[in-house]
Amino acid sequence: MSLLSTSGLSRHFAGLKAVEGVDFDLPEGQIRALIGPNGAGKTTFVGLLCGRIAPSAGRVIFGGRDISHLPAHRRINLGMAYTFQITSVFARLSVAENVALAARRRLRGRVRVDRAVRSALDRVGLGAFPRQDAGDLSYGHQRLLEIAMGLVQEPRLLILDEPTQGLADSEIADFKALIRDVSATATILLIEHNMSVVMETADMVTVMNFGRILAEGTPAEIHADPAVQTAYLGTG
Amino acid sequence: MSDTTRTMTLHVAVLAGLLALQFVLPAYHHGNLARVMVLASYAMGYNILFGYTGLLSLGHALFFAAGMYGMGLAVQHLGAGPLPALGAGLAAGVAVSAALGALALRTAGVAFMIVTLMFAQAGYLTVLYFGTWTRGDEGFVIAQAQRVLWGLDLSDPANRYFAALALFAACLLSVLWLVHSRFGRVLVAIRENEERTRMLGYDVFAHKLAAVILSGAMSALAGACYGLLFGYVGATFASVQYSIFPLLWVLLGGAGTVLGPLIGTLFMFYLIDLSSQVTTAYMLIAGVVLVALTLFAPQGLAGEVRARLWRWLP
Ligand SMILES: Nc1ncnc2c1ncn2[C@@H]1O[C@H](COP(=O)(O)OP(=O)(O)O)[C@@H](O)[C@H]1O
Ligand SMILES: [Mg+2]
Repeated sequence: MSLLSTSGLSRHFAGLKAVEGVDFDLPEGQIRALIGPNGAGKTTFVGLLCGRIAPSAGRVIFGGRDISHLPAHRRINLGMAYTFQITSVFARLSVAENVALAARRRLRGRVRVDRAVRSALDRVGLGAFPRQDAGDLSYGHQRLLEIAMGLVQEPRLLILDEPTQGLADSEIADFKALIRDVSATATILLIEHNMSVVMETADMVTVMNFGRILAEGTPAEIHADPAVQTAYLGTG
Repeated sequence: MSDTTRTMTLHVAVLAGLLALQFVLPAYHHGNLARVMVLASYAMGYNILFGYTGLLSLGHALFFAAGMYGMGLAVQHLGAGPLPALGAGLAAGVAVSAALGALALRTAGVAFMIVTLMFAQAGYLTVLYFGTWTRGDEGFVIAQAQRVLWGLDLSDPANRYFAALALFAACLLSVLWLVHSRFGRVLVAIRENEERTRMLGYDVFAHKLAAVILSGAMSALAGACYGLLFGYVGATFASVQYSIFPLLWVLLGGAGTVLGPLIGTLFMFYLIDLSSQVTTAYMLIAGVVLVALTLFAPQGLAGEVRARLWRWLP
């Protein structure tokens, strides 16, 4: 069953077609990688999905419901979670409070929130620094904090925009395991530049170029696609 | 000691200290402190919006005056007793802040400052325009007979001090509760990163509107009490000066701290009081001290204490 689909989804910036006529379908439970060269429109596309950016045209269907006209916070409440490409944590609040803010929308009661926060931080490997200011974390750890804030919402759809940027190799290995683990309970849409992450975690891959979908297929198919190689892998 | 115990101990100690001062202060300072506590309540209301939500309003005199005139006009023209009159002031504050919030929150940043400033100016002109009822600039006095609550004459200095302390304690405990509540934490999140808060699924506009109303209601209650306790209602309290005061008090004391508004109000009150005893150019002295403080304690007095000493300070 399809969890999310779009039809004719477009967004233009003063004549620039950042996203143009995208028909996209994401079945429930899948890990979908979204790849494409810089400026292909990936961030804009997921921004249209979660309502951060208003579309120029097109529709978004989530869980069988047309959400094209819902504001972002309502869409998040329907079970989407979004992590920013440009790290956007609450820098002057503690690591635990960052995650707690994400948890409290869904959970009531201090004990329950604390337990959810601890578990989310442990899952991403940040369990040791709950009281530190988020702004004092290294860039890679701030990326992990973003992921913890996504996880703790227990979303139906988790959208991750380049989550492994700035992570060390060992952290990337942990991240792959985490994604497989999370996919037991959530559908995942993953914008990713690191090909080993894409190849090892994704069920399906969508390739964007110049605001349009260029190709779609299994990781192996995409890897072998000559058009994709010219557009992306070759320059990649 | 846990942070919660420390917090409760400190704030209860402050309230107990204020209660004790009532019995030891000489009459002059006694009267000042009653005034400072009411004004600090106004500053605490301002702090909800500025310090915790990160919205800089230049029009809070509108709320202070809405409370004061709501109370004063009810006494003067409807013959209301103190309690219904305070209720009228509070209701006026809620109504005015809901209306202003719904309009002004469509803007952000500098535009929000300008819009709040314009609304407050419109409020000030309204007070002057309806001079038949408000007595304009001159204002009106609330007679002693109309200031008796539960048999307590509020014009009596001791009763007035207790009433001011009761107001201050109620506001202090409300803010303390607020900053530990889920709602208050979302306000802080909006202050820190509005876009992130929205993308965590919070309705940012609704939270900001609630913050404006809460802030406006507390400011209005302070305004109503000020008029009732000191027996005078006048247009000065609706002027731009009374929009700037709470901003200064909160900045000096520490924006986004519970005790900052009290510290800032007290400090500024005595700064002007003491320097005016020394020279007629007292505003110059006050100005220099303010500049020095913003240079050396940019987070305000309580803010610096929190940054350097007591990280748990709410
Ligand atoms: N707010 C904006 N205003 C103008 N142009 C934008 C804006 N956001 C993105 N773009 C442009 O849209 C195109 C797609 O950007 P983006 O979605 O960030 O690509 P990607 O995430 O694939 O690198 C780029 O050319 C980018 O410069
Ligand atoms: Mg991008």
